[in-house]
This record gives sequence, C-alpha cells and structure tokens, in this order.
Amino acid sequence: MARDDYISMRNTSKHFGSVRAVDDVTFDIGEGEFFSLLGASGCGKTTLLRMLAGFEQPTLGNIFLDGQPQAGVPPHHRPVNMVFQNYAIFPHLNVNRNIAYGMRKSGLSKAEIDRRVDEMLDLIKLPGYGARGAHQLSGGQRQRVALARALIKQPKVLLLDEPLGALDKKLREQMQLELRALQRDVGITFVFVTHDQEEAMTMSDRIAVMSLGKVLQIDSPARLYEVPKVKEVADFIGTVNLFEGAIRGREGDSTIVDTEGLGTVRSTASGAEAPEAGPITVAIRPEKFQLTFSQPESTGNMVTGTMQAAAYLGDRSHYYVTVDGRETPIAVAAQNSERQLSVLGQHHERVWLTWTDDSALLLTA
Amino acid sequence: MTDTTAQGNLTAQKAAQDKRGEEAPQYFASKHEGYHWTAEAPMFLYAVWYLAFLYIPVLFLPLFSFNDSIYVAFPLKGFSLEWYDDMVSTQQLLEALANSLKVGAAVAFISTILGLFAAKAMTRYVMPGKGAVTAFIMLPLVVPGIILGISLLVITNMVGMPLSLYTIGLAHTLISVPFATLVLMSRLEGFDKNLEEASLDLGEGPFRTFFRVTLPLAWPGILASLLLTFTISFDEFILAFFLAGNEATLPVYIWSQLRFPSRLPMVLALGATILIFSFFIVTVAEVLRRRGVGPQSGSAI
Repeated sequence: MARDDYISMRNTSKHFGSVRAVDDVTFDIGEGEFFSLLGASGCGKTTLLRMLAGFEQPTLGNIFLDGQPQAGVPPHHRPVNMVFQNYAIFPHLNVNRNIAYGMRKSGLSKAEIDRRVDEMLDLIKLPGYGARGAHQLSGGQRQRVALARALIKQPKVLLLDEPLGALDKKLREQMQLELRALQRDVGITFVFVTHDQEEAMTMSDRIAVMSLGKVLQIDSPARLYEVPKVKEVADFIGTVNLFEGAIRGREGDSTIVDTEGLGTVRSTASGAEAPEAGPITVAIRPEKFQLTFSQPESTGNMVTGTMQAAAYLGDRSHYYVTVDGRETPIAVAAQNSERQLSVLGQHHERVWLTWTDDSALLLTA
Repeated sequence: MTDTTAQGNLTAQKAAQDKRGEEAPQYFASKHEGYHWTAEAPMFLYAVWYLAFLYIPVLFLPLFSFNDSIYVAFPLKGFSLEWYDDMVSTQQLLEALANSLKVGAAVAFISTILGLFAAKAMTRYVMPGKGAVTAFIMLPLVVPGIILGISLLVITNMVGMPLSLYTIGLAHTLISVPFATLVLMSRLEGFDKNLEEASLDLGEGPFRTFFRVTLPLAWPGILASLLLTFTISFDEFILAFFLAGNEATLPVYIWSQLRFPSRLPMVLALGATILIFSFFIVTVAEVLRRRGVGPQSGSAI
C-alpha cells in the first residue's frame, strides 16, 4: 500500500545567517510519486533537496521519511540517493566501479554485484561501457551513469538536482521522457529539482512551485496551469495576461468584474482562492483568446484593439494586441492548424478578441 | 637543491612557453616574414644570457669535480675520480648524508600529513577565524630563517630539549607545512567537492570517503608535497646550523668543510652528485605527476 506521506516536511526551515533559504515549509510527497520542486534560482529548492539528502540540517522543523524522523541522520545513513547537477562521476574510477561504488556494504558477493552492475548498464542503455573511464563519456552518458550509480542502491527516494541542465535541448527532451519511463519502471519516488517549468510539467505527477523559500502551490501540472492560486504561480507557469480590476457583483455562479483594458468581464472559472469583493486580478492565458480580423457576432466577452506585433512560430503564432486603458499589450497565442503562407495581421490593424467566461481566472490582487 | 627545484619549475614554464611558441611564430611567419626575427632578437639574446647566468656557475661544479687539482681554477689539469673516491670514503660525510635523508623523509611525511589536514579544513569547511588560522599556518613563509633559528634555539633551551636531529626535524616541519598546505590546497580546490558528497550519499562515511575519493584524487598533490618538503629539509642550512647537536646534516657538514681548502674538490664532487640525483628525482616526480594528472584533467569538468 503506497502511503501519501512517504516524505513529510513539517514546518521545515533552513536559515543561512539572516537569509531564510527555506521558510517554514509543510507538505507531503507520496510513495512512488514523481515530484518536482520548481522555482527560479535562489528560491530554496536545492536547499530543500540537500536537506532531504542530509547535506544540510533543518534550522527548524523536521523531515520524515517513511515515518522516520531524519534529524541528525548523516547522508551516508539515509535511504536516499542523489544525482548531482554536474553528475559527480568519480574521475579515478571506470564506469563499472563508479556504479558499484555504493555496494561495498551491501553484503553481496562480487559476482552478484557485477551482475547487478551489468543489469544497470542495460537499464541505462550503455551495455559494454563498463570498462570505460569517466573522461571517455559524453554529458548524456555521465548523466546515465550517475543515475545507475544511485539506482543500484535501490533507494527509497531518488533525488535529482537539475540533472538535465547541462544537456542540449534535443537530448534533454529525450532524457525527460526516458527518466519518466524509468521512474514508472522502477517505481521509486523521485524528487526532481528544476527551474525549467516545461521540464517539470513534462515529467511530474505533482509540482511544488517555490519562491523565496516558500511553497506557493503544490498541484498537478494541469491544475497549476489552469487553476493557479496566486499571481506568482500564474506568471511563473507559462505566459499569462493579468488585468487589474474590482468586483462589481455576482449573477448566479458568475462574478462580474470591472477591469482596466478588458472592460466588464464575466468569470465562471472555479478553483482559485479570490476574495468576494474589492480589488482583484483577472488572469487569462494567451491561447484562451480567439483573435479575429472582423467583428464577430458575439454577445459574450469581447474587446477590440490594434495589432502591435505578430510572430509566426510555425506550429503557432503569437500576437500582441494593444487595447485602450492598458499599457502592456495583450499576448495572444493561436494554433496554426491550417497552412498560412503569408503573415497574418498588419501592424496597427484592428482586431477583436473574444474569450469564454470560464477562462477568466480571478486571483488575489 | 633549491636550484634544482627552480630548475623543475623552469622546465615546466619552458614547456608552457614552448606550447605558446608553437602557435605564435606560425602566425608571425605567415604575415610578417623577416620582421619576426628583428622584433624577437633582443628577447632571444636576453633569454640566452639569462639561462647562461643561471646555469653556467652550476655547471662548473661537475666540471671541477673531475679536475686533477685541489685548486678550483683554469686551466684544467686533467681528469680524475679521486675526489669522488674521497667522498665515498669519508665516514663523516656519509653520516651527514644519512642524517639528512632521515630528517628529510620524516619532515616530508609529517608536514605532508599536516598540510593535507590543513588544506582539507581550509578548502572544505566553513569555520570561524579561518582567515586568522590560515595566516598563522603561512607565517613561517615570511619569518626570516635566522630569527626563527634563534627563537627555536631559545625555546629548546628553555624547555631543556637536547639539540639533535629531532630538533632539526621539528624546525624543518615548521617551515615545510606552509608549502605542503599550499600545494595540497590548490589540488583540493581543483576537484569538485560534489565528489566527496556523492561518496557520502552512496553510503560511505567521512573516513572511507577520505580514503576512497579524496586521497586518490589528491595523490599527485601529495606526491608533489612530499618531494617539495623533502627538498626543503634536505637543502635547509640556517635552522639546521642553529639546532644541530653532535649530528650534522649534509649542508652543515659541507659548510664545515669549506674551512679547509683541500676539502673543496671533494665538496664539488658531492655537489655534482647531489645535482645529478635531484635532477633525476625531479624528472621522475614530473613524469609521475603528469601521468597522475592526465586522465583526470580530461574529466574535471
């Protein structure tokens, strides 16, 4: 039976002098989950990971692993293993001995360890690479060896500190899928640190978005994107248009908001934690807008403006539309589902934007 | 012996210059043929003079050591191995040599271990007063040998310690530790501290981690430190002179022999022998160092 609180952070804080790298964090990670810590550099995600590994001790609070408090347990006694950002492959050992490094105390025979190392080499798709020196490996291969070296220990939790950061884009995308598949195969709980939101969304079951040592929101990738609870999360995950406004009233299950730039907006979006009255922020994702070059027949939400810029990106196009009462142009994204051989939209051309009631999300101002 | 370490450094520097030199002249030759020599000629002359000034006096040592005369002067009289024969049959000299080797080996061993601990602490741990501790470890580098010699003599007298090879060894350790620390610090800083963390993470305690990761990776530095500190001790005169009891080290013995003109050729033979041996040791160390560094430098990214 998989438990939901396999890893528990309980009011965990880490202070470095006057800096609160991790500030009173409480959450659980489930057994077998692929869990990501996402945030800009300096948000405390790596410190949190290092506390899980035992390299840092919490200043306040505690961390539980499978029910066991981890305070005072040194790194070499924790049932967790880590893949370092730069992989930390031992340069004086070959691939076999790197992978077998942590097996000295396993009590297994040499032959058995050799067999498992070979298994690992198969798992990471580097069979026959055992005798190679660390310096003969490419970046992607080092990353795989670091993974094998940790997984052979069969840890309860695998910690990954931006392991794909040093790889080029194509390889990174391939490794994202491989990592995810590998995690499903071995069934080990993965805690993955990254600053790349796309990477986190591709792989994770759940993501914790962190900022300034605090956890802003923990949710599935889809819910983080569609139902961000605060402006920072909406802004960090993908692109978003934010409109300042004030609540005018309610009609049934929709809220009526007066905004700067969009006029009166009707919202039926649920999930967010917004106040009942007073100032509010309306968030609308670029792809939720429908852009037309003639006035559509619509009784719903609509605004008209002028085209500021258009960018053709192949699979989709980005438009920037200026509207009255708002300085920042509105970002609009459209799928190019049909072939377009000419650039759509002239500079300063008049355009209309429409959107549905449930795509206007209300957030605390 | 100092000359020979300088020699070692020079070889390294020269090798580096040669590397740069390989590219530069090609560039010059292709664009400014002819111009190249006039521009570099003064520098070339300077380099020749410099090297001549540095090495010719040293080369006189082996030259006169084979001269069949007790006067160190031209013209040379004839070839002779007499002085070498003299050297190996002088009991005092052999004892002094043995003393120097003993002290040197002990100093190299102890100061390299102390240096390794100091370097590890300074490169890996955050601690209060680190700057002050570093300054204290490095202080013997700048204290004049004669001051150090006098103060150590005063102290050994105060605590009633008899002068012996042990007092020399202690003094040499004192001046060698900063060198060992510097050499090992640069080595430890040169490799990623994540490697030690990775070892801890994979279940090895700090002790095992030191032996399985830190030591093998620091090995070229340790070797360099052993050779350097041995050489410092072997060559050191002032402290040994102040702190020697009845047993002299080689430099002290050589100095004592210079009072007798008839002993001078034998001292030259001794100097020539030391020169050859240290050249050999430095070469071996350099080869070992390069072999040790080779595969690691490629993977230190």
